[in-house]
Amino acid sequence: MGQTLILTGNQTAALAARLCRVQVIAAYPITPQSKIPEVLSEYVEKGELAAEFVRVESEHSAMGVCISASLVGARVFTATAANGLAYMHEQLHWAAGARLPIVMPVTNRGLGAPWTILNDMQDSISQRDTGWMQFYCLNNQEIVDQVILAYRVAEQLLVPVMVCFDGFRLSHTMMPVEIPSQEEVDAFLPPYQLPYTISADSPVNINPVVMTDPLPDPDGRLAPSYMGFRRRLQETHESALSCISELGRAFGETFGRSYEDSLYRYRNDDADFLFVTMGSLSSEASDTADLLRDEGIKAGVIGVRVFRPFPDRALAEAVSNARGVAVVEKAISYGYEGALATEMKAALFSHNGSNPTVGNYIVGLGGKDVKPSDLLEAAHETMDNVQKDRMQRHPRWLGSGI
Amino acid sequence: MNPDLLSEKARLAAFSVTLYQQERANSMSTAIMDLPEEEYILPGTRTCAGCGLPIAYRYILKALGPKTIMTHPACCLTILHGIYPKTPVTINAVNNTFASTAASAAGLAAGLKVTGRNDFTVLAMAGDGGTFDMGIQALSGAAERGTDIIYVCYDNEAYMNTGVQRSSATPTGAVTTTTPVIPKEQPKKDFIQIMEAHHLPYLATTCSAYPGDVFNKFLKAREIKGTRFIHLTVPCPPGWGFPTKDTVKLGRLAVETGVVVLYEVENGLFRLTGKSLSIARSGRKRPVEDYLRMQGRFKKMTADQITDFQRQTDDRWEQLMGRGGF
Repeated sequence: MGQTLILTGNQTAALAARLCRVQVIAAYPITPQSKIPEVLSEYVEKGELAAEFVRVESEHSAMGVCISASLVGARVFTATAANGLAYMHEQLHWAAGARLPIVMPVTNRGLGAPWTILNDMQDSISQRDTGWMQFYCLNNQEIVDQVILAYRVAEQLLVPVMVCFDGFRLSHTMMPVEIPSQEEVDAFLPPYQLPYTISADSPVNINPVVMTDPLPDPDGRLAPSYMGFRRRLQETHESALSCISELGRAFGETFGRSYEDSLYRYRNDDADFLFVTMGSLSSEASDTADLLRDEGIKAGVIGVRVFRPFPDRALAEAVSNARGVAVVEKAISYGYEGALATEMKAALFSHNGSNPTVGNYIVGLGGKDVKPSDLLEAAHETMDNVQKDRMQRHPRWLGSGI
Repeated sequence: MNPDLLSEKARLAAFSVTLYQQERANSMSTAIMDLPEEEYILPGTRTCAGCGLPIAYRYILKALGPKTIMTHPACCLTILHGIYPKTPVTINAVNNTFASTAASAAGLAAGLKVTGRNDFTVLAMAGDGGTFDMGIQALSGAAERGTDIIYVCYDNEAYMNTGVQRSSATPTGAVTTTTPVIPKEQPKKDFIQIMEAHHLPYLATTCSAYPGDVFNKFLKAREIKGTRFIHLTVPCPPGWGFPTKDTVKLGRLAVETGVVVLYEVENGLFRLTGKSLSIARSGRKRPVEDYLRMQGRFKKMTADQITDFQRQTDDRWEQLMGRGGF
């Protein structure tokens, strides 16, 4: 049996790594992630976790160590945020291209310049196209659960996973977390088995130069081209939603909390108005939905838990009955709008032709508090636009001051 | 006390210590006939004609044996390792990103350790670009942590794989494609000193033109734990501008003129080896002009610049001689 502990998000992530029996850890401290490598160092030095902790000199090397350790069959772990994640950028592509089941918590933080150490999601959203899967956590419970689930999914599909949670808002906030027992985790997550062998008898040349057209191997069989490898990664992502769903259900059967649904849903069944958001903001949006219901607006919330692969069909269906949708997000693709808004609209276009009035609200950048009044403003404005059949021209910034 | 006397005293002291080392090393040296017959690079690699890299790589792998896993960034070695799905190299190899060769090696070492395969030697190899320049951070980090790897910088003194652009390893006076009009004005970075400042258990210099020296040093490195750094000078016909038949001749000239000095530093103990040792004993060091004038890249050097190059080479030689070891 597990136990309930009062933990910060960072302590939870470190404990989750320990429960997953990670074998190689390589991490470089960055606010607000620093406590994760600190706690893991303590586990390793006290002998509570049988792992090699490589105290690298940079995030670029952290991912470099993880990539190569994973290549030879170790279960690896790192964590980072913000500029540290950006510094890893080429390595993220490399890890996904090499099909390595690396799991990495990202304590979401804004990117410089100018400097901020506080929370938004510009860091991980900017890494959307690296080939990693991205899970987002509502609270600290989801951190431990999604780290364990992430290893299971990553090792089945051979695709790395970022487990993203809001810096400070979760990383430094204590809350009760049900921690499963080691036996339960061991039963759910067997040791990682490398799908090939590293031996002197059958040497391998890993990730060499690959040409534009398939070339024959020494036995005359055609081997994939560069584009062939890229297509395989996309095909795996396309199959990943059902895999995550199945393993998320299996997780529920073992631990009592199901992750079958890639979406967090709150009072959405009969909703005229929906917030669509990610991470811990789903929790604030849920409180605001209650306030809106008190006003007589049938409001609900959809929180996107899995951002890559994108749950397009599920999201399109979830918002199809709403007349107004406010996509509230802590990141922006400069020159257009928030990526979640763009992707939700694309999903609606592809899947059901329903055409709710969509507003995009950029909030909470660089740790700016998102107040219920901000969310109420977003809701009222969106529903006003529904009434007047008016389209928002650009995303609205709430709480940005001067 | 007269500083000259002091240095003379230091030289004598070092001499007596190194006599024993010298005898031991001599007894260890391998005759060409005694080299292992096993080949780990099959004939027909994609390197340029006359490339100095496969000459050395062949003996490196003979010394390290089949239980070796190597990692390298995008560099001339990538070309040698071939195009998917074929490779002429029969040991396990991993490609990594440019700035992360030492980090990749650290990952291999950690991953093999935790999965119970300590019997593999982890070999990292990168060029001067991937070592002197972009790779310095990861290498310094790995060396400071005492990572159990052999790291080789094969130095062909410019970014050869991308078409002969200058690097911080390019010597003064060399024309490259990014110093096409005004030859490189800055001296070569003294990277070996930077690595020595990491106080490694084993550091050595060697050159493709001396396979026995290459073999012996890797054989020794293989038996030592911790970060071992080997600087390998690799003559490059297209980049340096000399006929492909002269690769070994150029490597020898580099050593015979003292531009490249063969030595090793084992737990802080400095010792000259091979040809450099015999030059030190005989005092017959050739003028650098013999080396420079054989290469197209130095064709723009003036007489004054050649004099400067000679002076810098002599200064460095004297500095190394001052450490004893012969």
